[in-house]
Amino acid sequence: MTAPALAVAGLEFAYPDGHQALTGVDLHVHAGERVALLGPNGAGKTTLALHFNGILEAHAGEVHVAGVAVVPDHYAEVRRRVGLVFQDADDQLFMPTVREDVAFGPANLGLAGAELTARTDEALAAVDATELAGRAPHHLSGGERRRAALATVLAMRPDLLVLDEPTAGLDPAGRREVIGLLQSLPITQLVITHDLPLALELCPRAVIMDGGRVAADGSTAELLGDDALLRRHRLELPYGFDPAVLRPPT
Amino acid sequence: MHAPDGFLNAGTAVATGVISAGTVGATLRHARNHLQDRQIPLAGVAAAFIFAAQMFNFPVAAGTTGHLLGGALAAVLLGPGLGAIVVTVVVGVQALVFADGGLTALGYNTLNMAIVPAFGGYAVFRLFRRVMPRSAAGVAGATGLAAGLSVVLSAASFSLQWLFGATADVPFDTVFGAMVGVHSLIGVGEGVISALAVGAVLAARPDLVYGARDLDAAALAGRARVSTRTFAIGGVLAALLLAVVVSQFAAGNPDGLERVAQDQGFAEQGRDHALDSGIFADYATDGVGNETLSLAVAGAAGTVITLAVGAGLVLALRDRRAPV
Amino acid sequence: MGAGHAHALYVHEHTPLHRMAPEAKLVAAFGFVVAVAVTPREAVWAFALYAAVLVALLRLGRFRARFVVARMLAVLPFVLFAFLIPFVAGGDKVDVLGVAVSRDGLWSMWNILAKATLGITTSILLAGTTDVPDLLRGMSRLRVPATLTAIAGFMVRYLAVIADELRRMRVAMTARGYDPRWLWQARPIATSAGALFIRSYERGERVHQAMLARGFTGAMPDVDQRRAGRPEWAAALALVVAAAAVAAAAWGLA
Repeated sequence: MTAPALAVAGLEFAYPDGHQALTGVDLHVHAGERVALLGPNGAGKTTLALHFNGILEAHAGEVHVAGVAVVPDHYAEVRRRVGLVFQDADDQLFMPTVREDVAFGPANLGLAGAELTARTDEALAAVDATELAGRAPHHLSGGERRRAALATVLAMRPDLLVLDEPTAGLDPAGRREVIGLLQSLPITQLVITHDLPLALELCPRAVIMDGGRVAADGSTAELLGDDALLRRHRLELPYGFDPAVLRPPT
Repeated sequence: MHAPDGFLNAGTAVATGVISAGTVGATLRHARNHLQDRQIPLAGVAAAFIFAAQMFNFPVAAGTTGHLLGGALAAVLLGPGLGAIVVTVVVGVQALVFADGGLTALGYNTLNMAIVPAFGGYAVFRLFRRVMPRSAAGVAGATGLAAGLSVVLSAASFSLQWLFGATADVPFDTVFGAMVGVHSLIGVGEGVISALAVGAVLAARPDLVYGARDLDAAALAGRARVSTRTFAIGGVLAALLLAVVVSQFAAGNPDGLERVAQDQGFAEQGRDHALDSGIFADYATDGVGNETLSLAVAGAAGTVITLAVGAGLVLALRDRRAPV
Repeated sequence: MGAGHAHALYVHEHTPLHRMAPEAKLVAAFGFVVAVAVTPREAVWAFALYAAVLVALLRLGRFRARFVVARMLAVLPFVLFAFLIPFVAGGDKVDVLGVAVSRDGLWSMWNILAKATLGITTSILLAGTTDVPDLLRGMSRLRVPATLTAIAGFMVRYLAVIADELRRMRVAMTARGYDPRWLWQARPIATSAGALFIRSYERGERVHQAMLARGFTGAMPDVDQRRAGRPEWAAALALVVAAAAVAAAAWGLA
């Protein structure tokens, strides 16, 4: 049996100001899965994601990525395997041009010259952003920014893609582009989102977090069909939306 | 104060260039041991903040506006070393990317806008911290006074460079009086805005204020609100006093060098003095009107600036903790 | 007291000047302005030569005259100062339009005007033909400390983002009827500056997290491998040598 793409056990974390953000998280994601991570603001979703590649260090519990423990000795390895796409693309795109930004990750992995160029071109092509290469991030539209941010992570050839609110702030067309893109990527994905229709369309499985731990874990259609569960965790389907109408992809 | 090329003579440009490069280089070398890699992006974004702060127009009087210079503010928020580095980057980018300030003027522009206000301002800040209450209001008050005086220090520093590197026969004491007089008033705005800005940061994220690291939560919590009006009026009175005493004439409407120029248009004409515009002009007498007074003032100002910047540097280099 | 401009000067064009390696352009620009700065003020012909070279380069870089003149206004405060020098400075008096002004002061005025104008034109040429990433690469190849160029890179990247945040805060204040006229009404502006600092700081922290997530280990990788070739260095040095020769000749004739 192969190790799960992501295994989180008993994870606890408190911020320096004393706020206990994670109070014992257990979560498994298997290779090839697409899982939605749902929950109200402040549930600890983003904090959890920052543990997957050791940006935050757990106070208790452990995280394994494809069997590799997330500990300081393995950070380089884990950071190659886990691709984290941040909520605000302006935080993710910090280099002067898109091309340099996409090249930043692989260059840190030691790639250079033609190899680096090839890897950068490949990632840009994967998100249909080849023509954005020379542009400055500030001059991109919201959707373009999101695609460029995705390319910066794909250039690392990650095994697990973690996306924080990939559709927040996008217009419907931009949102549709991102959904199409994520569907086309053959990579294990964990999608943090408030966009419940997105979760239903993209992810067969959903996990609801609240109060720093996992509150529910199951089929997205089932969880979203449970009105009381959603209300308990400050979640709500769009007005007029019936989850039974849309069969989740299998 | 982004002086263009040719404003001061070449010798002064070279000398201030060497001083600036040496100071920034030493600060960087020291910082390298302490600057954690996370502070590179932080410093970059902080530099963008200082640049933006310089576009921050605030009201001065009857609808006229001024804007922040930010050197002392950067030093109080980020520490003198990182603050000086950050403002140096701002000055450099303004010259290279925005053509604001001459390339050969980088030496004195960096000295006057980054090094003197950051290190000098921080030394003044620490001085006032000693007499101010150990509270958020105390830190904000010390910031205000330091920020205001840092602008005066900058003006004095520029005047001293004029003494050595004048490209026109305008006497040092005239330039000094006008520069310091006008900048005393500009300093009031700088001080008020810097104090309130630091106060706002202290109220929300006191851990981000380098100059308040020694205060614990209890000291920060016991804060009395300082009335902006009292602070502003007090500052204006102090500045007026300074302007009158130091410069014999008080300017009423602050706008830096232009104002200096206007004042000079009506005052102190016709000093008999030949000017040698050679590359390395005769330092002791160039641009000096009333020699005894000038040299006394210049000596005093030079001593104060050197002491302040030196103290700031020592504070920066002595700090064994990370600069943020 | 020029307030900062939010827009870089770069003009997107494809000319030999734009293609030239940034390190060579930096050396050429610095060398040129140094030559200008040390030229004696009486050598009017030398300044005319410098100006002719700059005009030729501006044409080569396809600059529009209006653009250049608009950006030159940045030196205006100092120009005003320069215009007043003849009235203030001492020495022999000469009559200009019936007003007695200082002969030496006139020369000083000319000196500041000429050098400031030539200097800012050179800066406009450099910044207008070199985009910021190239400028930073050029500087790091000229041994400017990597810490400074890295900070400058992040600064330029986030300048527009932070200026935007600032603008939105001001709009929000104005929308609620805030129209301050006196310094003691400035508290909301100052506290928003504090809030902007906190936002900026927190963004810096998130950017660092994003860098770590992509394997950052403390050194910025140099992604662009192109270096200045021999012809580019030759062109840059030719400009500097020519300008230095003019300056030297001006001293010789003075």
